[in-house]
Amino acid sequence: MIDLFTLNFILGHINYWLFIVLMMTGLYIVISKGNLVKKIVGLNIFQSSVFMFYISMGKVSGGTAPIFPLDMKIDSTTTYSNPLPHVLILTAIVVGISTTSLALALTVRIREAYGTIEEDDLVSIELELSTEELSAEHALTNGRKA
Amino acid sequence: MRHHLILRVITKLLVGAMMLFAFYVQFHGDYSPGGGFQAGVIMAVAFIIYGIVFDLDHVQRVLPPWIAHKMLAIGVLLYSGTGIVSFFQGLNFLDYTAFSPHHPVHGQHYGIFAVELGVGITVTGVMVSIYYAFAGRTSEIRDEDW
Amino acid sequence: MSLEAPHNLAFSLSDHLPILQVLIPFIAAPLAVVIGNRIIAWWLAFISSVISLLIATTLLGKVIDGSVISYQIGGWAPPLGIEYRVDSLSALILFLVTLVSTIILPYAYKSINFEIPKEQHTLFYAAYLLCLTGLLGVAVTGDAFNVFVFLEISSLSTYVLIAQGSYRDKRALTAAFDYLIMGTIGATFFVIGIGFLYMATGTLNMVDMSNLIKGQESLSTVRSGFVFIVIGIGLKLAIFPLHFWLPRAYTYAPSAITAFLAATATKVAVYMLLRFMFTIFHPNFLSKISIFEYIILPLAIMAMFSASVIAVFQSDFKKLLAYSSIAQIGYILLGIGLMSETSLTAAVIHIFNHGITKAVLFMGIGAYVLQGRGSFLSDLEGIGKVMPWTSAAIVVGFLSLIGVPGTVGFISKWFLVKSALEIGWWPVAIAIVLTSLLAVIYCWRVIETIYFKPLLSKKLTAETPISMLLPIWVGALACIYFGLNTEAIMTTSQMAAKSLYAGSFGSL
Repeated sequence: MIDLFTLNFILGHINYWLFIVLMMTGLYIVISKGNLVKKIVGLNIFQSSVFMFYISMGKVSGGTAPIFPLDMKIDSTTTYSNPLPHVLILTAIVVGISTTSLALALTVRIREAYGTIEEDDLVSIELELSTEELSAEHALTNGRKA
Repeated sequence: MRHHLILRVITKLLVGAMMLFAFYVQFHGDYSPGGGFQAGVIMAVAFIIYGIVFDLDHVQRVLPPWIAHKMLAIGVLLYSGTGIVSFFQGLNFLDYTAFSPHHPVHGQHYGIFAVELGVGITVTGVMVSIYYAFAGRTSEIRDEDW
Repeated sequence: MSLEAPHNLAFSLSDHLPILQVLIPFIAAPLAVVIGNRIIAWWLAFISSVISLLIATTLLGKVIDGSVISYQIGGWAPPLGIEYRVDSLSALILFLVTLVSTIILPYAYKSINFEIPKEQHTLFYAAYLLCLTGLLGVAVTGDAFNVFVFLEISSLSTYVLIAQGSYRDKRALTAAFDYLIMGTIGATFFVIGIGFLYMATGTLNMVDMSNLIKGQESLSTVRSGFVFIVIGIGLKLAIFPLHFWLPRAYTYAPSAITAFLAATATKVAVYMLLRFMFTIFHPNFLSKISIFEYIILPLAIMAMFSASVIAVFQSDFKKLLAYSSIAQIGYILLGIGLMSETSLTAAVIHIFNHGITKAVLFMGIGAYVLQGRGSFLSDLEGIGKVMPWTSAAIVVGFLSLIGVPGTVGFISKWFLVKSALEIGWWPVAIAIVLTSLLAVIYCWRVIETIYFKPLLSKKLTAETPISMLLPIWVGALACIYFGLNTEAIMTTSQMAAKSLYAGSFGSL
């Protein structure tokens, strides 16, 4: 167990540490911030951490860029990094962009409908709306009983 | 940005070069790093910077929003159409051999070319549409009040 | 595809069925945008949905005997290439999704006309088709990362569709935003999980992954991958403590979309859970880490009780049904958690049953809303007298929800109770019966309001238009038909449960 906390362990897994730090930063922002735009920024950081995770995963130590030379004379001793995670994460980045733009579009619409993008204000406006609905319903039911 | 003379002149010079570079990245994508995603974004940036420096109206005269919307759909159709071509050769979906049954390597080449073209058109359409959607909203704050 | 090797030749269209299943709605969506006419867009959606249903039925017929259909995209053989793989479980899910979509689209035409401005219709149907594509894709693919891509296609279009409810109630916007945040976190967790599994195995093909994971179950990489995947899917699935996005999203979305999502989206998420837990991770691994006793079962029972109790106190009919959905997801999880072949069969049947039942109920409430009534119970008093047909269909839906013999809901609950008694866990059986009683209470509250309260004279309404009534009744009759003629669904579910229990993808 002592071995777990040596310098080698910490530096050898540096990409995972950074991944965890980024991920938790993003998640914390999403949870703690009330401003919807800040939430989107947090979500982006959170997603970026996964991109970093995948990209660092594809690295083979001593490996070079996985592009064959044009003359196709491939040296069998050359190590190449794994290109597949990069391709995968390209897809995930596109998904991330779509999510961000959709979230921003929703924020614009929320701003137009509510006049605010602060979560606390939104919650109180919605609370008011549902109280109105409930009291209207109560008035209706009580009015009939009377 | 009517009073930024330098920006206006430089933009006019650059937009053409950017579009040219987008085409280079698009059509050279199967030999060197690049492809539909990058080319589409570069192409869209040419339109967007024109829209930012001059005016939304100006850029929409060049590329009306409805064309941007159709582009986004046509690219996807081009992509799936490429896949369907293989059906007629008795091959599986997206099997590029269908484009040149006697020389499969060329088939790969043509296939990826068509698919990347579809991706490029869609990405251009999407990026420009997103820009139009956000920029086209009437702002509640006037420029002078910033 | 190696250049010399003979190609995987497919000469008839029937060999392409797995890809056509996804491709047809996928092509219809951009076509609708290019044509840009809202009526043509609806026809495109409807026709592609009918064709998808035909394809799904054919696929179901092909795999009902336990065989597996494998399709290689681009002719690249798995595990290198992307494989589409259909077994009895995925065929059943495909059938459910396409059936519900085909029933709901005729209903949606009028309902959407009423709820969304006309200039949005083309894009609305395009988004609907993309959502359908994504849901079908998740069920048909045999590649772990492909699942993520399709999941995001369906999720992103779902957020858009839910936000369309904002023309009626602006709270749809915040509901969609909440769902977006939760859904994206879930999907990202899911990708992290897949990343861990890829690190451990170096493959993305599900069958290959499952073979390679065997023997390295004790690796912490594999274990953390498992945790990330289960939590990620759990957010999508609205497992009990992760369900907060669901009631609001279902309440404020357009009625047709609520019906579609309630019937399909969570069911596809259950499919993902089953696929990942049983096919990729072997059942032995699951019982070794005792996820069933300590996590799935308690959460399932908590969901059944708490959501049912909350549903009893709701005054909004839509919200009541949304909470009942969470409780029903609890039943499905209970079936998974009891971990026997019978209980898995029950879970799979319940996926199908609950899909159809909830589609009928949400379509019914949509019809009430359309006729100028709100969805609050006080608005619905005495409505059974002016809208007898719609109300009767809702009663059929309720009977099925409670699990009265003769409806689909009965079979799955019967199997659940049976499987609980088989392993001697009678408290679980009692819990099932008790929550069914809670369901009786909240259903009775609605039925009492609809039938036994005096009609509000100031809001006179007529019966639902026939084009909407017909889909509702097709759904209601399906509830009864599949309840009486249990053969088809039972055989498929048993086949699916057997292969899941063996921890394989289709083959036994």
